[in-house]
Amino acid sequence: MTSDKRLAFSCGMRDGIPIATGYFAVAFTLGIAARNAGFTPLQALFVSLTNNASAGEYAGFTLISQNAGYLELALMMLVANARYLLMSCALSQKLDSKTSLLHRMIIGYDVTDEIFGICINAPGKLNPFYAYGAFSVAIPGWSIGTYLGVLMGNVLPANVVSALSVGLYGMFIAIIIPPAKKSRLLAGLIILSMLLSLLFSILPFLSKIPSGTAILLLTIAISAAAAVLFPIKEGETQNGA
Amino acid sequence: MEHNIYIYMAIMAGVTYLIRVLPLTLIRREIKSTFIRSFLYYVPYVTLSVMTFPAIIHATRSPIAAMLAFAAAILLAWFGRSLFQVSVFACIVVFISELFL
Repeated sequence: MTSDKRLAFSCGMRDGIPIATGYFAVAFTLGIAARNAGFTPLQALFVSLTNNASAGEYAGFTLISQNAGYLELALMMLVANARYLLMSCALSQKLDSKTSLLHRMIIGYDVTDEIFGICINAPGKLNPFYAYGAFSVAIPGWSIGTYLGVLMGNVLPANVVSALSVGLYGMFIAIIIPPAKKSRLLAGLIILSMLLSLLFSILPFLSKIPSGTAILLLTIAISAAAAVLFPIKEGETQNGA
Repeated sequence: MEHNIYIYMAIMAGVTYLIRVLPLTLIRREIKSTFIRSFLYYVPYVTLSVMTFPAIIHATRSPIAAMLAFAAAILLAWFGRSLFQVSVFACIVVFISELFL
């Protein structure tokens, strides 16, 4: 590596360390969800290594534990990870147009909320080695955390596992609530989504729908309705969630 | 029908990677459609909300402990606590309240 590549790499590592520790804790609770869905530690490690996505992996575990169809799982992954499409589009503008295909393909491997956040904030064009520096700590934090979550979930006492089971939901809440504070529309949308999700779980007939399928249906229906009723104007869609 | 866990895992990995890599390699331009932009903007809020509630209630041994953690997490997030703090505090609330419930 030349010296500017090495410098970018170490800057990326430095900025990636707080991300990695946060990932480790969240991935640990994700591992408990994976264990509940019947995954072995190695399988869950592999899923985390190839996905790097909290909500996506959780949605996947939920559907797989309910023996969902392959097409349904593919659709769910598309919806749960749809936000990365936006982030990658934004990130593509941040890359020098001469950035090679290989670099683009490696960067695409780990576009997460947090990594996107630090990459888009880096000054000037994005040096791929800055992203790789962040990857080099974030990816082990995430995958080893998941692995240990499954493994320790079998060893830890039941009350500790029970407590750790809400960690992932806590993270989801921490993502959606702060923007809702600034936007009544988002706050209303969140409340509506939770209410409809509750109805789908208790109403006769609707409650027969597996929860994974309900997540998929509700997400598409509510988001599409919101997009038609409250279209976002250009420049407002830069969200970190 | 029984499904193969490794095909499941390949689908998860493949779809997730394509979503991220296609805009970086092939598209390389901004999405212009207001509908698609708006839809993609709303999706994370809706899907995380739908996945969190009511699923959180069934995640712990005591539903009441889960509801307390849910309320505590919303409050902490509202007052701007970090992802990590909200997540850990939710766990602590469950742990402590289950000692009494």
